[in-house]
Amino acid sequence: MKTLLNTLYVQTQGALLRLDHDTLKVEVEGRPRLQVPLHHLGSLVLFGEVCVTPALLARCAADGRTVAWLSLHGRFQARVEGPVSGNVLLRRAQHEALDDPHRPREIARHLVAGKLRNLRTVLLRGAREAEGPEAAAPLSQAARHLAELLRELPQASHLEEIRGLEGDASRRYFAAFPHLLLGEGEVFTFRGRNRRPPLDPVNALLSFLYTLLLHDCVGALEGVGLDPQVGFLHALRPGRPALGLDLMEELRPILGDRLALTLLNRRQLTEKDFDRRPGGAVLLNEAGRKKVLVAYQERKQQEITHPFLEQKLPLGLVPHLQARLLARHLRGELSAYPPYLHH
Amino acid sequence: MQVLVTYDVSTETPAGRRRLQKVAQACKNFGQRVQKSVFECTVDEMHFERLVRALTAIIHREEDSLRIYRLMEPVEKYVQVYGWDKKVDFERPLVV
Repeated sequence: MKTLLNTLYVQTQGALLRLDHDTLKVEVEGRPRLQVPLHHLGSLVLFGEVCVTPALLARCAADGRTVAWLSLHGRFQARVEGPVSGNVLLRRAQHEALDDPHRPREIARHLVAGKLRNLRTVLLRGAREAEGPEAAAPLSQAARHLAELLRELPQASHLEEIRGLEGDASRRYFAAFPHLLLGEGEVFTFRGRNRRPPLDPVNALLSFLYTLLLHDCVGALEGVGLDPQVGFLHALRPGRPALGLDLMEELRPILGDRLALTLLNRRQLTEKDFDRRPGGAVLLNEAGRKKVLVAYQERKQQEITHPFLEQKLPLGLVPHLQARLLARHLRGELSAYPPYLHH
Repeated sequence: MQVLVTYDVSTETPAGRRRLQKVAQACKNFGQRVQKSVFECTVDEMHFERLVRALTAIIHREEDSLRIYRLMEPVEKYVQVYGWDKKVDFERPLVV
């Protein structure tokens, strides 16, 4: 059983990461800041101007520890992996599944079913916690609509139809999303999803969380030996981690949206944690990023019971388990991919 | 599991002082220094075996002393700390 290895996030500009025997040492302005035995770390995520010595990079590559560079605002820039590993037969099975006339559609159907179920769970929880029936109504209504789309899903005969249902569900969900934000005076407003750049704090937060989640999903797929670029729901495009995006869909509501709502509704994030740029872009600043990174890591430690495997485990291991279930399906050991359904 | 490594390495000879350095480095590879000759390490069974092997290969059996304790978990409940404490929990979010 894989244990949940920690991720080291470095966002202090000018930090230097070096290998010291079997430990990783972080130095800032020549002074040691942190020393961690490598066996605690599953991956490194570095924001902006952070240097890594070649020796540390080589060691991480050799051990299968991924290193990713993101911009200060969480936009993915580069990622280093070691030699191609994993099971070549599994990757072949993955490519063959893609060429099959039916299997991409069936996998996409299950991925979308998982996403819709989990979006619905977020809406229903919001409706339960809403202040009064008036506040709950738009949420229950959106949840009902998602349930209808879920019922249509088994009948969709083309991949395009499934993508259409997913798009429809997302629109309905984000239309209801403002009602999930509690508190009067509209501290944070949300008028629909926007990105590149995000135009309000809620969108900035969602984008940042999705980037962290994508990193974890791609890492999980690589961990089981799948090719993160060969996706089924998402079309192939050079440089696009289509399978990473596929795997992320069912997890966005839980590790992204639900966490964002908690941070905003508990006022753990305030206006001061965001920078407004000329031109309208809104981005998390250093203090805000740190709060989100800590909250994200803590969320991953929360124990859940996996409904398919009937096993207790930290939420952060779910991407790894789902990657393994997908691999089992591609190998033909499972007749369908079972998505993760959050309670 | 969490283990506590404590040692007393004789530093009367240059060879002893070298052993002291090596013991400290071996401990750093697996955990962190909480006092001058005391390290706390979070390890799985495999790393624990490696740690023991690394340390016993360095020490001099007549001159040095090495004690390894398995800590009762959860450690926060069973270990009390007073005075300075620079311990970092490597299982908690690591954000620099």
